[in-house]
Amino acid sequence: MKKLILGTLLALTPLSAETIVIQNATVMTEGPKGIFKGSVVVKDGKIADIGEKVMVPQGATVIEAGGQYLIPGIIDCHSHIAGSGNINEGSVSVSSMVDIKDIINPDDIAIYRALAGGVTTANILHGSANSIGGQTLPLKMRWGKSAQELIFAGATPGIKFALGENPKRAGTPQGGRGAPGAIVPVGRYPATRMGVEDVIREAFNDAKVYKAEWDAYDAKVAKGEHPIAPRKDLKLQALKEVLENKRYVHVHCYRADEILMMIRAADDNGFKVRTFQHVLEGYKVAKEIAEHGAGASTFSDWWAYKIEAIDAIPFNAAIMAKKGVVVSFNSDDAELMRHLNTEAGKAMKYGGMSETEALAMVTINPAKQLGIDKTVGSIEVGKDADLALYDGFPMSDFAKVQKVWIDGTQYFDRDKEVAVQATKDAEKQKLLDKEKAARPQTNTRRPNQ
Amino acid sequence: MKKLLLFSFLWCCACALAEAPSTVAIRNAKIVTVSGPVIAKGTVILKNGLIEAVGENVAIPADAWVVEGEGMTVYPGLIDALSTVGIAGAAPAAAGRGGRGGATPAATPAAAQAATTERSWGPEDRPQTTSWLLAADELQADDKRVETVRGSGITTTVTYPTSGIFAGQGSIVDLVSGEKAAAMVLVPSAGQYISLGSGRGFGGGGGGGFPSSLMGIISYVRQLYLDANHYKAFKDAYAKDPRGMQRPAYDRALEGLLASQRFLLPANQVLEIDRMLRFGAELQTITPVKQSMILYGARDAYRPEAVELLKKGNVPVLLSIKWPTPPARTADSDDSNETLRTLIERDKAPSAPAALQKAGVKFALYSDGTDTPRDFQRAVKKAIDAGLAREDALRALTLSPAEIYGIADRVGSIDKGKIANIVVTKGEIFDDRTQVVMVFVDGKKYTPEAPAAGGRGGPATEDPGPGGNQ
Repeated sequence: MKKLILGTLLALTPLSAETIVIQNATVMTEGPKGIFKGSVVVKDGKIADIGEKVMVPQGATVIEAGGQYLIPGIIDCHSHIAGSGNINEGSVSVSSMVDIKDIINPDDIAIYRALAGGVTTANILHGSANSIGGQTLPLKMRWGKSAQELIFAGATPGIKFALGENPKRAGTPQGGRGAPGAIVPVGRYPATRMGVEDVIREAFNDAKVYKAEWDAYDAKVAKGEHPIAPRKDLKLQALKEVLENKRYVHVHCYRADEILMMIRAADDNGFKVRTFQHVLEGYKVAKEIAEHGAGASTFSDWWAYKIEAIDAIPFNAAIMAKKGVVVSFNSDDAELMRHLNTEAGKAMKYGGMSETEALAMVTINPAKQLGIDKTVGSIEVGKDADLALYDGFPMSDFAKVQKVWIDGTQYFDRDKEVAVQATKDAEKQKLLDKEKAARPQTNTRRPNQ
Repeated sequence: MKKLLLFSFLWCCACALAEAPSTVAIRNAKIVTVSGPVIAKGTVILKNGLIEAVGENVAIPADAWVVEGEGMTVYPGLIDALSTVGIAGAAPAAAGRGGRGGATPAATPAAAQAATTERSWGPEDRPQTTSWLLAADELQADDKRVETVRGSGITTTVTYPTSGIFAGQGSIVDLVSGEKAAAMVLVPSAGQYISLGSGRGFGGGGGGGFPSSLMGIISYVRQLYLDANHYKAFKDAYAKDPRGMQRPAYDRALEGLLASQRFLLPANQVLEIDRMLRFGAELQTITPVKQSMILYGARDAYRPEAVELLKKGNVPVLLSIKWPTPPARTADSDDSNETLRTLIERDKAPSAPAALQKAGVKFALYSDGTDTPRDFQRAVKKAIDAGLAREDALRALTLSPAEIYGIADRVGSIDKGKIANIVVTKGEIFDDRTQVVMVFVDGKKYTPEAPAAGGRGGPATEDPGPGGNQ
């Protein structure tokens, strides 16, 4: 039996990075080489060579992928998986003191399921209950590794903002602080869109004062003086980093008016919005989004689930892209995350994008939005070997992920997963039987003490 | 004759109400000292609440009250390294999910309640914080649980307030009865109890205020440490030269934090152990006073990954003996929705102490609300059955917790000069039919009631011991 368990563990443990050659695949690089039939060589976790003909390094594992498609690992610009506890610190409207990094949950099965859907990187965001939400970061889906080992090294951290219905939902029409101890939950300011803007602007007023205080202190220290350090405020510290361009702002939004409001508020306070998220009315203000330099991460055809999502159109992504916005599709959801490939495919139908343009929506474009396109998002020599192998055209409903590599390490293998299922089921049944045998025969419930 | 002596002695125990004798000699007993080798047949002398002598050939003082220990075993009093005994109405201490005592107002001392009921709007409101509370000040000498757990042979508890995030400072307490609460206190401040519940609700629903999520709680804990650091720097500067400086505002939450010599963090799952080891190390870099760290819970310690982390982290661990049990089921209920991981956890959890022992991780067992002698004995026995040597189980409930709390110079083993906390049993401790015959706390003798027919230890009767010796 021990051997059986050991076998199970071995089958689940990702194979460590080795030299591999994936050959005879249709490779959709999303890079300068476009689409070609040939091989990709992976060495030391990086893509070492690509081409119709490559040198097979000695000792390399060769994977025959004839008839299959190799694409860059999918990148999800908006996900809420892999966190312990609530991903909304909804008690206050500015919760920039909280950090997803503190609650990374490497045990979340959604990571493995995302892998099975070809996803290799996801931007894990705080929820949208707050005008200014918590700190965020991209993770690589290294299933089986520890929390710290999931972190996308070198990626710029982010912060979530939210506009519209969600951040004002927790408020009451009166807003403000109610009587403590009231039976009805005390409302939280803001309760209107005007209030949301006010909260964001006020927060940056505070952040500027805070920054000035610290800048003055740093200047004194630089001069060799020994002043008492100002109080470190985790809430304002995150906004100070936004003002210093050390932290990306990802803004949850729907309506055109609030998108424009956010652009003005950012311009007035001297920071940039890195991405607008959801941004279902982005097509109305695509020019302004492009001018601001923000990306847009949207849904393909998911809408009308609330009033502010009513004016959405399936051509949103294509129109924004035509206006010069870097556009991606995100999941916002653990289930949708498993088939972002077909979400990308919808851009071919709505807006007539090419295969390459459509696949870019879930690979190189989100990489650009997250500032990680130097290392991931396309199949190019020198980039991280984050790859997904499909058994057919990857944006088809019928395509199934066969294998997924991150940094050249295989983290998902469909055949192995299927093969190991029986062993796992047997192990489970054995434990269930053991418990059943230990159960008292007559009584169904243990006494309380 | 010997039997007669014993019987008459027991009879006296049951009825006498006079003071405890100043000197007690337990002779011809097997003595498990824990600190040294087992004495197959020897004598322990207790005098004035201390262990006067122990050994094979020890002269019995003329004024000693003699206990004939033939067929009995003497152990050091057990120490429950994390408990709420002595704080009336307190929920049993628990780690991890649902461990936040905030949901049980009864557990909140009156002083703390004001601090936890008002909605907080940020860290500055010091939500769910009563770091200044000392368990020693909240002790209720007449807490029924004192008698109950003493029936298991527990003579000492590290009792914590457990309500809120910074619940307050635990105190090391000797389980004497019939005295003022203050007489129980061995060490007033043993460490700060930190718990991390998991929040709920989209808009902080329920009106609980900040923090409402795990990440909010972690952020708050970090902010409080940062504030303590700033507070102390400011206060020190002011104390040096107040002229021209605005006076620092008094903050009892920070005072309580600064008064704690160690802090306890909850961690059950491997990922939590990893998270808390890192977080604790981070807090240690922020705190302006020296604070050591303890992890409590440690349910996943049966997993090699957890053991490896704990070994590497080199942090003492308090391991709960409240092993996971299957949910109540009827004969035809559907088991298939249980995950393999949950099933493995239930199967393997009691092997955690053996795994820690083997790896050389410093650990102590704690009852986690497993109060009644029967349940306590069963829980420890489960660990023994899962591979923990009996002497290691004993150590994890005596000398190890004493070492973790830095009180091994006064309790935790049977050595000359230590406090007379002693358990006398018939049969080997933690065994099924073993009977705790008598318990000495601070030299004061208690006789637990024999377990009731139902298998549960009933309330023990306090017995100040036979008189006539003074």
